[in-house]
Amino acid sequence: MLTTWFLLVAVMIAAYVVFDGFDLGIGVLHLFLARTEEERRLLIRTIGPVWDGNEVWLLAGGGTLYFAFPLLYASGFSGFYLPLMIVLWLLILRGIGVELRMHLDSPVWRGLFGGAFGISSLLLTVFFGAALGNVIRGVPLQRDGYFFLPLWTDWNVGPQPGILDWYTVIAGVVAVVALALHGANYAALKTSGELNVRARRAAAFLWPVLALVTLVSLAATLAIRPDLLDNYRRMPALFAIPALVAASLFTMRSMGRSGNERGAFLSSCAYLVLMLVGAAAAVYPNLLLSTTDPALNITIYNAHSGEHALAVGLIWWSFGMAIAVGYFVFVYRMFKGKISTGNGGHGY
Amino acid sequence: MDDALFMHRLHFAFTVTFHYLFPQLTMGLAALIVVLKTLYLRTDKPLYNRAARFWAKVFGINFVMGVVTGIPMEFQFGTNWAQFSRVTGGVIGQPLVMEGVFSFFLESAFLGLFLYGERKLSRIGHWWAAFAVFAGSWLSGFFIIVTNAWMQYPVAFQRMPDGAFHVTSFWGLLFNPWALIQYAHNMCGALITGAFVMAAVGAYYLLDNKFVEEGRVFLRVAVVAGVIACAVQIFPTGDLHGRMMAAHQPATVAAMEGLFKTEAGAPIVILGQPDAESERIDNPLAANKVLSFLIYGATTARVKGLNEFPKTDWPTNIPLLFYGYHIMAGLGTIFVAVMAGAAFLLWRGKLFGARWMLWILLLCLPFPYIANTAGWMTAEAGRQPWLVYGLMRTGEGYSKNVHAGNGLFTLLGFMGLYTLLAILFLFLVRRVIERGPVDEAGAEAGSGMPVTLA
Ligand code: HDD
Ligand code: HEM
Ligand code: HEM
Repeated sequence: MLTTWFLLVAVMIAAYVVFDGFDLGIGVLHLFLARTEEERRLLIRTIGPVWDGNEVWLLAGGGTLYFAFPLLYASGFSGFYLPLMIVLWLLILRGIGVELRMHLDSPVWRGLFGGAFGISSLLLTVFFGAALGNVIRGVPLQRDGYFFLPLWTDWNVGPQPGILDWYTVIAGVVAVVALALHGANYAALKTSGELNVRARRAAAFLWPVLALVTLVSLAATLAIRPDLLDNYRRMPALFAIPALVAASLFTMRSMGRSGNERGAFLSSCAYLVLMLVGAAAAVYPNLLLSTTDPALNITIYNAHSGEHALAVGLIWWSFGMAIAVGYFVFVYRMFKGKISTGNGGHGY
Repeated sequence: MDDALFMHRLHFAFTVTFHYLFPQLTMGLAALIVVLKTLYLRTDKPLYNRAARFWAKVFGINFVMGVVTGIPMEFQFGTNWAQFSRVTGGVIGQPLVMEGVFSFFLESAFLGLFLYGERKLSRIGHWWAAFAVFAGSWLSGFFIIVTNAWMQYPVAFQRMPDGAFHVTSFWGLLFNPWALIQYAHNMCGALITGAFVMAAVGAYYLLDNKFVEEGRVFLRVAVVAGVIACAVQIFPTGDLHGRMMAAHQPATVAAMEGLFKTEAGAPIVILGQPDAESERIDNPLAANKVLSFLIYGATTARVKGLNEFPKTDWPTNIPLLFYGYHIMAGLGTIFVAVMAGAAFLLWRGKLFGARWMLWILLLCLPFPYIANTAGWMTAEAGRQPWLVYGLMRTGEGYSKNVHAGNGLFTLLGFMGLYTLLAILFLFLVRRVIERGPVDEAGAEAGSGMPVTLA
């Protein structure tokens, strides 16, 4: 049961990264890809009707974590207080940037809100990557289950690190490149003409960068946390995950070359999911690692909530999520195909 | 009080008070928009659809503000109230996830269709989209009230040896009797906000002699909905809420009413200033025996005063509680009078010409917001000094690892950002109202299409 909830939380986070990932990617890219106002508007329209729903995966994922593992929620959210608050501010800026940009037909207004949308997307991506980096690296958990991390200390990975150190910065860079590429694949899928060509060119440019930073981050992870291979050694079948990551990268490349936009986009979805699965498989059954003493780790065994809640929860949770997936399928089908140019379109 | 505790309380109070300014209109308008869409389906008059589209634009802007200010709320349980989350997560984690899973997905999926999809959907389809948005927002209100009600009146739980609360009954938690009454009262409050806002815009159009036809529709729908909601707000929902408090939070009621000493045939204080130090009310304007009657239905019943409770269990901010309650109840009474007057004029067919009444409706605009905020102040300050009533003190729940300086830093950040949001909101809504319910060529409600500056 605890493992099931571990998996469900992981699924929610992966879904968030895949869905909101392309919104963030579009946010970052729209500043560079689009040359005219018309193109910028088109790019934003590719995510217009879906971004809010995509963001709900973050809320529902956070909620699921709270429900299943209250100690992790309490410890992690208070320990990462400062970066989380900054993330909240950025989410606010992104939300109003994307929603209010179109409300006024003035270059100043659009510049302001488009800029807010782009920059907050970029910084959010960095923070999300760094957050994942922190989870993998570990935090200085105290005996009472809490910790508090400053934004940075000396940028070194040690027993008393900051949110940002050289390792988590690498994770942030991987996130930016991966989501920008994911956004480019999505843009290629949803647009046509000149914009489509540029999106594909951006994807082709970002691909080698992603392959490189993925390798660098893998090496860095093994350097700071060799014990993360323990689960893999115990269950060698898990080595399939990194192999699949590599495979998804290569299919992304070949699909991109052969102009199969859908295939390229699905490969980048697969890449993101597999990277997260690989990390989850390495830390399981831990939820948050301690940098000082493994006995202080927060694990699924010491963080979970009541048996009754979790057992009943499985029923209503699955029911509710099945409906939610239904809405998603419905909305994405209403909205499928390429965004049309010209003034006729209204988001759909 | 400990600095960090104070800062976390202020942090939560500020952000949630600001957040709730938006959902109350979202929920109120969502219901009224469904009414307008229904009228359109039944009468086939484009006028009603134009009215619905106009309110959809206001709704869209309001909704964005509600979403961006709501996300911080969800996180703050963990960031600012870590110990509370850790101990009670086994109970209130449930309604909080249910809110995400059952209502936010619903709302966000159909909001897009409702705002941008009118052309793609049939008329009935679009009605359903509006209905789904309404259902989503009202469900979301329900789950959050269940959470809050559990803090006010904890049920369906078991305390573990390590202090953690575990839920013992799924339905028991969802159908907490306190939650049902609180929900009814709160949603009625949201309808009141929706009705007064719609009425104020209608009154403004009529007074300014523009969009007269639509203005009349707004007034008619708003006044009918408003008079019902205002009445139900006091009786039975407000009354039931009060009785339940008298039964389960007697110290809170005593403080709300400014009753420092137990009395048989207790008076109700209508105006006055509580002096918590010398434990009396200054300049009281009181009606004898009424309080006993309201709570127990008998003019001679004994009502417990604060003196019956140890001082450590007294609400920490008695004046805030007293004023919050009196402002809410006082405004509630005035609202009934205003809406009843307007409804009477409407029934006699004189409302649209009665400029004095239109002025009153216009000027009432801010008051439902004040009443709702005051009501929440009453509920939340009245819960003090408990975080979970009778079981966990507020001082036990906050994040001890986040010091006051960090709290102040982020509070200031939110204050700055929210000031900006408030300015943007007022600016954009004012524009929508000035442009009025017109069908611009090619532009639909909230269609992220560029609209040229008027
Ligand atoms: C337009 C808004 C509005 C109006 C006119 C009223 N209320 Fe109210 N009231 C609320 C909006 C509200 C609220 C904001 O919705 C509260 C706060 C918590 C809640 O669930 O509802 C609330 C709570 C609330 C409580 C519970 C406080 C607590 O839990 O500590 C009581 C006893 C009343 N109300 C009673 C009344 C009475 C007797 C009213 C009329 C004379 C009245 N309310 C008018
Ligand atoms: C819009 C509605 C609400 C308003 C205006 C409001 C207002 C407040 C205020 C003024 C405080 C500070 C009380 C004090 O320290 O004296 C507070 C605290 C708090 N409220 Fe609310 N509240 C609202 C809704 C909620 C809901 C729905 C929940 C739970 C789901 C909630 C949970 C809390 C918590 C956890 C605290 C901090 C602990 C405390 O001070 O008791 N509030 N709120
Ligand atoms: C601690 C208290 C609260 C939390 C944690 C909270 C959480 C949230 C979140 C995360 C959202 C954004 C949802 C999205 O992305 O679609 C939201 C919006 C919303 N909240 Fe709250 N909220 C709180 C207080 C309240 C209260 C007191 C009510 C009303 C009873 C309420 C009703 C709503 C509604 C109807 C929305 C939909 C958006 C909107 O209305 O603008 N919330 N809330």
